[in-house]
Amino acid sequence: MKPMISIIKRELLGYFRSPVAYVFIIIFLVSTAGTTWYVGNFYDSNEASLAIFFFFHPWLYLILIPAVGMRLWAEDRRQGTIEILLTLPVNLVTAVVAKFIAAWLFIGVALALTFPMVLTTYYLGAPDGGVILTGYLGSFLMAGAYLSISCFTSSLTKNQVVSFITSFIICLVLVLLGWGVLTRTLQDIFPIWISDLIAQFSFTTHFNGIRRGLVEFRDVIYFLSVIGFMLLANVLVLETKKAS
Amino acid sequence: MIEVSNLVKEFGEHTAVDGITFSVMPGQVLGFLGPNGAGKSTTMKIITGFIPPTAGTVRVGGLDILEHSIETRRQIGYLPERAPSYAEMTATEFLRFCAEVRGFAGAERDKRVEHVVELTALEDVRDQIIDTLSKGYRQRVCFAQALLHDPPILIMDEPTDGLDPNQKHEMRQVIRQMGADKTIILSTHILEEMEAVCNRAIVIARGRIVVDGTPDDLAAMSRYHNAVTLRTHAGSGLAERLRGVAGVAAVEETPTDAGASMTYAIFPQAQRVILPEVTRFLEDNHIEFSEVFAERGRVDEVFRQVTLGEATGQAERGEDQ
Repeated sequence: MKPMISIIKRELLGYFRSPVAYVFIIIFLVSTAGTTWYVGNFYDSNEASLAIFFFFHPWLYLILIPAVGMRLWAEDRRQGTIEILLTLPVNLVTAVVAKFIAAWLFIGVALALTFPMVLTTYYLGAPDGGVILTGYLGSFLMAGAYLSISCFTSSLTKNQVVSFITSFIICLVLVLLGWGVLTRTLQDIFPIWISDLIAQFSFTTHFNGIRRGLVEFRDVIYFLSVIGFMLLANVLVLETKKAS
Repeated sequence: MIEVSNLVKEFGEHTAVDGITFSVMPGQVLGFLGPNGAGKSTTMKIITGFIPPTAGTVRVGGLDILEHSIETRRQIGYLPERAPSYAEMTATEFLRFCAEVRGFAGAERDKRVEHVVELTALEDVRDQIIDTLSKGYRQRVCFAQALLHDPPILIMDEPTDGLDPNQKHEMRQVIRQMGADKTIILSTHILEEMEAVCNRAIVIARGRIVVDGTPDDLAAMSRYHNAVTLRTHAGSGLAERLRGVAGVAAVEETPTDAGASMTYAIFPQAQRVILPEVTRFLEDNHIEFSEVFAERGRVDEVFRQVTLGEATGQAERGEDQ
């Protein structure tokens, strides 16, 4: 446990020492608020809830999360520090989980900094606090799933751009599988149970409930298993590909 | 103590390490020599647990590195090639981080960091961001990291690469001191460095060990071993007369000082020492000379021979001696 905390601390220090972290946070805030107000017409919706705010998260995360995750292993590999980290007496799982948690916490900080949206909603009306809270937790959980995919693609390559694009594409597929337009098309082609099954693999499907304040056990399990599966893949890739 | 047996590492089609066996004891400073891509770094990466071998075993302090991966890593200090470190941290922060991951906390951690900072003379730059440090200092930061836990085993991949001559000299002194009670493996391209710090040398070429011996053994494999070098202004025909001296097998002459003098390489017959005979010959014939000495052997020449693969016969003869 101690080594894990040390690695998490070091990773976070690494983030906040680099100007990229602050640029990221600013872009995160501008894009989440921007889409809510200008694309989602938050003000005209006349609704004291953050449903519109959360609606855009699966799409924004497509760009934002791979941008955080791409450097995770690629940077260690480029700098050669992967050789220091993985020859210290910690097991690979600890290192992988620690790096993931650090990046997740960093995203959590960015997400928490969107709190003015909450204040605005309370100022404009009387929103349901529980729904907002589950929305945030769901968004955070979903961000973790995106991030675990980025961690995995980052471990595959030294090149951050390749890592970003690969991760973007995988996440895009997982978002689109549950996208209304696509699911309706699929329903026309396939029996309903097949189109439903396909949609079950999507981030969107599982986030839709949570963002409306509906926490279902299977949605939580879905995101956690994506995280678990991708981190395991990450460990296996590093196990076999450390040298290159 | 490190025991490597029948180590093989393949990267796809390419075999980087092809059946290497050796063991190193405490008090030995083992120099890995070999051309680029010979398998030196790969062997070190396997011993440190960074990459797994394709076949063969490595035991560190009696423990298998795969079965007891964490325990063996505790015994090893590793300075990777190009001395990587987290560039955005200060030297102290980086060392504290490594100490914490190695399980040292609080006062013990600080004590260990202080100790290695002193040992590697980092006092002046300890609170600077590593990215802003010179190559020499960055090398030392990474070296300090390898010493935090006072490991019985030190593995260093080109420890003096990129250092200036003074820093190289200091680094070699530190390595020699540590060699007294630690087991050390280092790789180098610099033959003079191997002779200065190592008491054992292994030459690797194409993934295999081609020579394993002391630096003196290596020198003794040279055809210049015990050959006499003579530099003189004396006139022509000397080469022919030198060939007549007892024990001389061959003489080669090369013009030096832009033709003002001649340098003769006088090779002895097998197992003979000919310096006394040659000097007596020079005195008896009143030949003036500016230089005469017996050579230890030219390691660079041996290195070329064994790594280019022309002289496997030479290598065997060397081991027989």
